Amino acid sequence: MNAKNWAYLSNYFVYSSMVVYTLAFFAHAYETAMSVRNPEAAEKSEGNLLTKTLDFTKTEKIARIATSMMILGTVLLFGGVVARGISASRVPWSNMYEFSITGALAFCVAYLLTLRKYDLRWLGLPISIVVLLILGTAITVLYRPSAPLVPALKSTWLVIHVSAAIISGGVFFLANVISGMYLWLDSIEKRGGRNPWAKRLPDLETLDQLAYRLVAFVFPLWTFAVIAGAIWAEHAWGRYWGWDPKETWAFITWVAYAAYLHARVTVGWKGRRAAWLCLFAGSTFIFNYVYVNVWGTGKHTYSGL
Amino acid sequence: MMSEIQLGFVGSARYLWRQLTSMRTALILLLLTGLAAIPGSLIPQRTNGPIPVQDYFQANPGLAKFLDQLWMFDVYGSPWFSSIYILLFISLIGCVIPRVIEHAKTLFKEPPAAPSKLEKMEYFQQFPGDFTAAQNYLKEKRFRIRQESDWISAEKGYLREFGNVLFHLSLILILIGVSIGSLFGMKGDSIVNIGERFTNIPTNYDSITYGKLFSDKSLPPFIIKADNFVAKYNPVTNMPEDYTLYVSVADGIDSKPIKKIIKVNSPLDFGSTSVYLQANGYSPLVTVRDANEKIVFQGAVPLLPQDANLSSIGAIKAPDTKPQLGFVTSFFPTVQEVEGQPATSSYPEALDPRLFIGTYVGDLQIDNGIPQSVYRLNTEKMVEVGLESLKVGETYKFDDGSLTFEGYVPWVNLNIVRDPGKSISLIGGILAILGLLASLFTRHRRIWIRRNGKTLEIAGLAKNAAPGLQNEIAKIVKELS
Repeated sequence: MNAKNWAYLSNYFVYSSMVVYTLAFFAHAYETAMSVRNPEAAEKSEGNLLTKTLDFTKTEKIARIATSMMILGTVLLFGGVVARGISASRVPWSNMYEFSITGALAFCVAYLLTLRKYDLRWLGLPISIVVLLILGTAITVLYRPSAPLVPALKSTWLVIHVSAAIISGGVFFLANVISGMYLWLDSIEKRGGRNPWAKRLPDLETLDQLAYRLVAFVFPLWTFAVIAGAIWAEHAWGRYWGWDPKETWAFITWVAYAAYLHARVTVGWKGRRAAWLCLFAGSTFIFNYVYVNVWGTGKHTYSGL
Repeated sequence: MMSEIQLGFVGSARYLWRQLTSMRTALILLLLTGLAAIPGSLIPQRTNGPIPVQDYFQANPGLAKFLDQLWMFDVYGSPWFSSIYILLFISLIGCVIPRVIEHAKTLFKEPPAAPSKLEKMEYFQQFPGDFTAAQNYLKEKRFRIRQESDWISAEKGYLREFGNVLFHLSLILILIGVSIGSLFGMKGDSIVNIGERFTNIPTNYDSITYGKLFSDKSLPPFIIKADNFVAKYNPVTNMPEDYTLYVSVADGIDSKPIKKIIKVNSPLDFGSTSVYLQANGYSPLVTVRDANEKIVFQGAVPLLPQDANLSSIGAIKAPDTKPQLGFVTSFFPTVQEVEGQPATSSYPEALDPRLFIGTYVGDLQIDNGIPQSVYRLNTEKMVEVGLESLKVGETYKFDDGSLTFEGYVPWVNLNIVRDPGKSISLIGGILAILGLLASLFTRHRRIWIRRNGKTLEIAGLAKNAAPGLQNEIAKIVKELS
């Protein structure tokens, strides 16, 4: 198979992963909808509010199907990313299309790995939407034909620096979704109790802890990504730190998450304030990715996106 | 009276110090550092190249002037940015020094005594078990143990605080590395035509900036001869695939040159000074003659690339003749001419090179003391006499002389940087990551066991509410009972 065929194969993989993620999305939507009992049945049934208003027995099967679809979609996406790399005989991380599909992959893998430990299936619905949006934008707006690397990117540090940054990004994104969920549920609770469907989501305490754990887990990796970037910058550009817009925003993200960790561990912030800080920190990452790549100037803009 | 005032001063200094080193202030300063970094990423910075700043001044003169007074074009060297991060580091030092002392003390101390009523503590359990076995078990698990006749107090996870302290100290180390680099370092650029040599002395640089404590003696005395430059491009996308610069390097005038290669990601190192391959372009070789056929200029003229296909522009100046001659010059390595449109280059390699010259005669205004760009011609006091496109070997003749396009050579921009602080920063960076890993992934906890007749009581305390102690205690109970 030649390079072109591998590139086509990669596209097929990405498209099929999108189809499978769409199925996962519908399965999750169906699951969420069906676990809500009709009002009459709820009144007749016994037990606490949770078992009275929600019926998990009907949805267990569809929930399993949904998760299987998520796994299958992620496997296909992995195939897409690998085939993209083979087509250009390099790691597939040289433009925004490739960052996006790899970032979506990291995001899904982070979700699926967290799923092994925490019952996060309720997150499946928002996650499948977010992944579809990322992949959709990637393949329509950001798509670029597969091409070899420009000399500045020819370095082992590409693999080290970019993979660390992408994995950190995926986990930060997941922490953001969870913090967003926290704030949303919190405001619902403040307005007088959760709706029936919202009752099957975990309690606020769990969400709060989970967001913190994810950030604390990935913060050293992000630090590593920044330092690896600095080492590479020293090799390629003659200085390890130059306040290039990308570097500046990576620094801002780092400082914001450092503040978040301090606020939680040392000052004892929890709940809403912590969730807002987490969202702020995460949005600096997204801003860095979108704004600096598309509209920004500086040394991180290669090859038109 | 006097002593009262002094006390007041000391008192308020102490108050200020306590405020500055409080966690709250540290947190605010940390967030402030992040926020203060934002404007520099949105407004062009002088340190990242003067041209975008000049463009900004041209586009919004009023606003630019105002922003300039706020140091907005030099954010990261500005007094306000510096004061924020200096305050942050003072606050950090104030936070971390007491913790270092505290941590050093705990390393030599035994764990505190077990609480008298364990049932009031977390994860309390009772189970039948052997006291000595419990003690051995905890020792085997490498807990630090203090024990009396009927209780054991065990503590583990000192690495957490150690990592924490290490992390913060390494940040200070990074700052020291950055400071040394900016005080004792230098950076400069020099455009070198292939075939020419560069001797590392200040006057050979096109631009050079020093740190405040840099001395000329720290410039290593090397001579680099640019032997050959090979650029490979992708014929489909026109994107560069590889740049290789072949050089002969001598460590001084007397030593024998050694062949070396410089690439974009692999600089040439001389101790803490490195030579980077930063940019490349073309220098047309021209000969300018005056009306009497006397050569008034001959040589390679570096031109500035304008696009990815290396369409280049610049100027050729011949001041040593009356009237002075000047040429506004464009070079296209692979010319593409479309009727009614300005010529461009369609490929970065020189497949069909063409030189375009606009010829001017008059006064170049070089001798009036105002510094002039070598790439620009001041045509105020000159008259345009002709426009011509030349192939290699062709000559353009005009009334006051002629210009011959003899050929072309590539040029490379050598970026030469001395940063004696970079290895300190690197060590700081590595230690920071190690410290972070140790502090974020170590659980600091205490476990107490009390003998109560034939049963044992167990309870624990997880510092920072780290999860996992419950399982650990359950496991201990299972092992011992």
